[in-house]
Amino acid sequence: MRQKNWYLTIGTILTACMLAFTVLGLFWTPYAPSAMSAAARSAPPSPAHLFGCDAYGRDIFSRTLEGAGSTLTIALAVLAVGAACGLAVGALCGYYGGPADALIMRLCDAVAAFPSVLLALVVLALTGPGKYNVIGALGVLFIPSFARLVRGEYLKYRERDFVRSARLMGVGSLRIIFVHILPNIWPTLLSGLAIGFNNAVLAEASMSYLGIGVTPTEPSLGYMLKDAQGSLFTLPWCTAFPAAVVILLILGVGLVGEGIRERMGVAS
Amino acid sequence: MGKAVLKRLGLLLGTLLLVSALAFAAFSVIPGDPTGAVLGMEATDEQIAAFRAQQGLDLPVWQRYLSWLAAFLGGDFGQSYKYDMTVAQLVAPKVGATLTLAAIAFVLILLISLPLGLTAARRPGGLVDRAVTVLTQITMSVPNFVMGIGLMYLFALVLRWFQPEYIPPEQGLWPHLRFMAFPALAVALPKSAMTVKLLRGSILGELGQDYIRTAYSKGNSRGSALRRHVLRNAMIPVVTFLAMAIGDIMAGSIVVEQVFGVPGLGRVLISSINNRDYPVVQAIVVLLAAAVVGCNFLADLLYRAMDPRIERT
Repeated sequence: MRQKNWYLTIGTILTACMLAFTVLGLFWTPYAPSAMSAAARSAPPSPAHLFGCDAYGRDIFSRTLEGAGSTLTIALAVLAVGAACGLAVGALCGYYGGPADALIMRLCDAVAAFPSVLLALVVLALTGPGKYNVIGALGVLFIPSFARLVRGEYLKYRERDFVRSARLMGVGSLRIIFVHILPNIWPTLLSGLAIGFNNAVLAEASMSYLGIGVTPTEPSLGYMLKDAQGSLFTLPWCTAFPAAVVILLILGVGLVGEGIRERMGVAS
Repeated sequence: MGKAVLKRLGLLLGTLLLVSALAFAAFSVIPGDPTGAVLGMEATDEQIAAFRAQQGLDLPVWQRYLSWLAAFLGGDFGQSYKYDMTVAQLVAPKVGATLTLAAIAFVLILLISLPLGLTAARRPGGLVDRAVTVLTQITMSVPNFVMGIGLMYLFALVLRWFQPEYIPPEQGLWPHLRFMAFPALAVALPKSAMTVKLLRGSILGELGQDYIRTAYSKGNSRGSALRRHVLRNAMIPVVTFLAMAIGDIMAGSIVVEQVFGVPGLGRVLISSINNRDYPVVQAIVVLLAAAVVGCNFLADLLYRAMDPRIERT
């Protein structure tokens, strides 16, 4: 009997809960996230305000819901940009090789050697803050790591027998790349996506925390944490709940990635 | 050995040139130039022309890059747009705090992760191992600035071990280092968790090898096989990981500085980005990149010294 894969089980449950929480926030919040209420100023957690209220009487539960939705959307968009471009670049480089491959990989190494949060900060220094600028900056900076991951897999597969026979039978290169080889690298790609998702959440939260991410009017967990820090000692719930959501989101997806690696026998 | 090292050195210089060119290019393509920011809206055409000539803004891009690079190598990082100071004057006093923070964090990572990783690998599946695995998985998921906020709450408010106010080294080296240990811990903990995990996996991988069975058959206990045979091999991927982590540690220090109010590079970087003080941003980026690439080069040398097999491949 196969040993139970705890990582995958717990990770999937946790991620499903966090997703349900976040998706809920896209459609419904108990209060308007930026509505202030004089009566509820600095209210501690209670049945009326599950996560309490901040110094302006804004409901932390509603704000966390909204912030989680925004963080998740940004992370998914970053992942879409980074993974799609990284897949294309990595697949072509790995399959064809040659001097273009060597050059592109050197460039990727140079970018990847540098922490993405810092690079993204610099890009935002040039473009100004905002949701779409964050997505663009992080998305582009995530391409190299995906490209390297995918390229390695294609190098491994391009001289396999099934690829050679496909070539002999006259299958076109693009078809070999995306129809014959791609399904084989799914496990690696999936665990790479899990890591990428977590890095994206982390980067977005850090940047917004530093005040150079989304604009202050856009909801964001990082920005909430920055706001709440002044009152950390008096209103700890303003920090605790958004922080817990960030941690659980990363933990859940991290466990799923770990589970996939364990199940498929992929080296991390 | 010599030839390979020379080749890596060439690669190092190439990467640095590439990074500097990218940094220069990025700040050259921004719409508008510093003229407006420095002289203000009411500058006359003559003033603008004089400023442009003085700053060399009319020269072609590659000439500006070369003169910028030459000045940079000579330690002249340019003039701040915002303050009446050179970039060097603005940045130099802040470097110390960030470097101290990153250095303490690095030492803490070693102190935390090596014993834990070894203990966990000693009895895989045992109680200690399972506890360590769960702890590392959770710690890995905490962003370092969130960890910082948590440590602040725990140690400054609940336990009252320190005041949440920066202590500069002028007020005594020991109080300074003691304060810095807390932000450093925030940077170190998530990275330590990753290191523990890697080290444990690496040791367990080595323990299954034939040479370990030989070591047992020659009468080694599990402990001495670990210490004398496994550790050296198991450390190789860990050293690589730690070297690659130096960039993250620097970046982490810059973020965590904001949590604890440490006046380091992070504060200058953030305020310069907000002020659009591009020469300062540019200088910090290039300096950090040089530090990161340099550390990776050193790690590569260490890696070669540790694993002679690399020479033969």
